[in-house]
Amino acid sequence: MGRKLLLANDKVEGIRYYDVYRREGGYRSVEKALKSLTPDEVTEEVKKSGLRGRGGAGFPAGMKWSFLAKPEGVPRYLVVNADESEPGTFKDRYLMEFIPHLLIEGMIVSSYALGSNNSYIYIRGEYWWIVDILEQAINEAKNNGWLGNNILGTGYNLEIHVQRGAGAYICGEETALLESLEGKRGNPRIKPPFPAVKGLWGCPTVVNNVETISAVVPIINEGGDEYAKIGVGKSTGTKLISACGNINKPGVYEIDMTISVEEFIYSDEYCGGIKNGKRLKACIPGGSSVPILPANLLLKTAKGEQRMMNYEGLAEGGFATGTMMGSGGFIVLDEDQCVVKHTYTLARFYRHESCGQCSPCREGTGWMEKLLLRLEKGEGKTSDIDLLWDIQRKIEGNTICPLGDAAAWPVAAAIRHFRDEFEWHVTNAAEAQTRNYGLAHYADALEVVA
Amino acid sequence: MSEQQLFKVTIDNITVEVPAGTTILQAARQVGGDVAPPAMCYYTPLEGSGGKCRTCLVEVSKGSEKDPRPMPKLVASCRTTVMDGMEVKNITSPRVKDARAGVVEFLLLNHPLDCPVCDQAGECHLQDLGYQHGSDGTRYEFKRRTFSKHNLGNYIQLHMTRCILCYRCVFTADQVTGKRVHGVLDRGDHAEIATYIEKSLDNDFIGNVIDVCPVGALTDKTFRFKNRVWFTKPVDAHCNCTKCSGKVTLWQRGNEVLRVTARKDEWGEIKKTDDGKTGWICNECRFERKNINDWIIEGPTKVSRQSVISANHYETIDKPQDTLVEVMGGRQPKMLMDIHAISDVNQPGVKLSELPGPATGKTFNKNNQQ
Ligand SMILES: Cc1cc2nc3c(=O)[nH]c(=O)nc-3n(C[C@H](O)[C@H](O)[C@H](O)COP(=O)(O)O)c2cc1C
Ligand code: SF4
Ligand code: SF4
Ligand code: FES
Repeated sequence: MGRKLLLANDKVEGIRYYDVYRREGGYRSVEKALKSLTPDEVTEEVKKSGLRGRGGAGFPAGMKWSFLAKPEGVPRYLVVNADESEPGTFKDRYLMEFIPHLLIEGMIVSSYALGSNNSYIYIRGEYWWIVDILEQAINEAKNNGWLGNNILGTGYNLEIHVQRGAGAYICGEETALLESLEGKRGNPRIKPPFPAVKGLWGCPTVVNNVETISAVVPIINEGGDEYAKIGVGKSTGTKLISACGNINKPGVYEIDMTISVEEFIYSDEYCGGIKNGKRLKACIPGGSSVPILPANLLLKTAKGEQRMMNYEGLAEGGFATGTMMGSGGFIVLDEDQCVVKHTYTLARFYRHESCGQCSPCREGTGWMEKLLLRLEKGEGKTSDIDLLWDIQRKIEGNTICPLGDAAAWPVAAAIRHFRDEFEWHVTNAAEAQTRNYGLAHYADALEVVA
Repeated sequence: MSEQQLFKVTIDNITVEVPAGTTILQAARQVGGDVAPPAMCYYTPLEGSGGKCRTCLVEVSKGSEKDPRPMPKLVASCRTTVMDGMEVKNITSPRVKDARAGVVEFLLLNHPLDCPVCDQAGECHLQDLGYQHGSDGTRYEFKRRTFSKHNLGNYIQLHMTRCILCYRCVFTADQVTGKRVHGVLDRGDHAEIATYIEKSLDNDFIGNVIDVCPVGALTDKTFRFKNRVWFTKPVDAHCNCTKCSGKVTLWQRGNEVLRVTARKDEWGEIKKTDDGKTGWICNECRFERKNINDWIIEGPTKVSRQSVISANHYETIDKPQDTLVEVMGGRQPKMLMDIHAISDVNQPGVKLSELPGPATGKTFNKNNQQ
């Protein structure tokens, strides 16, 4: 069994409440950091830990912290990104709903390191009941002297505020989030300047994911070096994976990034295999934005090696034959699922969620959705497939924020790996309305290129 | 103050020196001509504008002298500042051309293409963009998005269907009128310019949104359908206005003043007045002073954009230099340009008599490439 750092005691009765959380060893990292470490030493530990951002991009957290500008007399902010709206991703929700104090604890230590006296949690509007849970936890922490003025007699002051979003996926993009937090329309900002220089209210700001900030707790408790020993290569520590789709045991799992994808899907400790004895067809391992892979490429890399469940493993082969860790939203498709329909569903999501600022994303996402719907309904043409490819190519990399890429990649990957399924929808239009293309050859062993 | 630092930047192999902090777009405009990328959303007088339409994307093939690494993605030249020793490719980059063609196609995707009934036709930046960087057809086979027309007060009409969401009017309403009556509602391809019509628009400077709009989405109701712009004659004039500089361009037919606008430069941006401020004009000058006696005429406006509008007023027309005057018996040609200079028709490589059928544009292009 892998190491559990975040979900070590999530099953303990009453862990949501302060007394139990504290009894189980909670808030030790705050005592350690505030009493025995300087802010820079905390940042140093996070750097040593090799922790990478868990929100999707995987940017090293310690490095991000060290980029934070520190001009005299200007406040700095920590903003926790709890917008979690990526289809397939629901790990932050689990953390906040069941162990809210872990996030609060992580925020205190992180805010101390960054010099923030007011830190924010920006949470997606649909998580309305979690707002209450978080606010209760904040109150408990405050009543017990972990928040407010002069925390632990160290002279350090901190308030934590919870702000609800209004249900827009784009407000998860960090600069759109900041706009929304300032009470404006959630349009991503044009970068530079980056939030580390000009963020919330024009002040230096660090935006981190819920899981990233929660991971700071074990890093401080165990030390950055110890944390870095878990996992492999640049995938240090543990990662939460929210698994869903056609599997026996959907849910949130903590993995230590040394296991293989195959083990994650088929082991009873995790997904427990494909549901109803069906066969695996495809999977999106890191949330809806990352490239989909057919079963054969998911389990083995193009080199014929076991594909590992970590940043490097999933990215092995680049976009040609690999994918990404993303936010850890693991979506499994069995042999009964239609990749065309599935791609259409995602395209519809991105069309709906584009903020509409830049022309390639605003217009391109709508166009792709319409073409995919036509293909799905059996009214498409073979040239539509090439057109889709060309549209996604012209969106990718040419937009203000990565939502454009996030809309382009799923379409690109679906066509790259499942082109014959798309073609079958054109050539067997009537049949495509009554049955699925099925597993076809997508699980066949691949010829290994040396 | 210490002397302004100058940076060397090379755009399409032409080097210019610009003050630190200049954007690539502004540097390219100093070079001028084709080297200046098209800009549909950026508008110099409007702080915060730009970055949205993506027509001005360029390739940075060398970051700077200090850090020569190329930038991996194309960048919006209107919002990227130059570094010393930077090398930029605009029309010399196939990647830029490809991406720009894509952007033009995206911008035209839902555009109604109702130029024949649009007041903006002839001075529309989207038309120009389409001519210069677009293709001759669309690959879009779906119903285009439409909105119903809105009156924004008595003077302005919003035809949202034509809008390209450049946000210029939003910035104008925010910065010039000091009151945000425009905003954007909804998201993505269903986003629209919204205005709480009843609430305001009584601001003295709101009419300027018409001038900044690159397309025919915001038009002047006092001018609507009165005339095609290319039949009107632009004349610089001024009056002693107490609200604005009073320096305007009148668009006349005979002695009739059909329309009043602010004065614009060759990039379609409102010019600065002598005091260095942007020459926004007030509603009264724009909408109410339509009598020639309201104005002191300065003389014909020089228009240097190459759109249809300037047909009568070319500053730099490609005229056949020598023979024509002789041919015409000493008379100067009036409105004439050398079609051979701007088209590919005159290709010695094409032997018309050897073609199996009628020659088309394709024939010439094909031969050109050989
Ligand atoms: C369209 C879009 C949506 C995003 N949504 C989220 C989100 O819901 N939660 C999140 O943590 N990061 C999200 N991100 C990533 C953030 O922009 C940012 O990279 C992240 O919050 C940084 O935190 P990390 O370094 O801890 O991962 C999103 C990015 C994009 C482009
Ligand atoms: S890429 Fe899409 S979501 Fe991002 S800024 Fe542009 S239009 Fe908005
Ligand atoms: S109405 Fe005109 S100025 Fe306003 S966003 Fe649309 S195109 Fe731009
Ligand atoms: S002019 Fe630069 S993005 Fe529109």
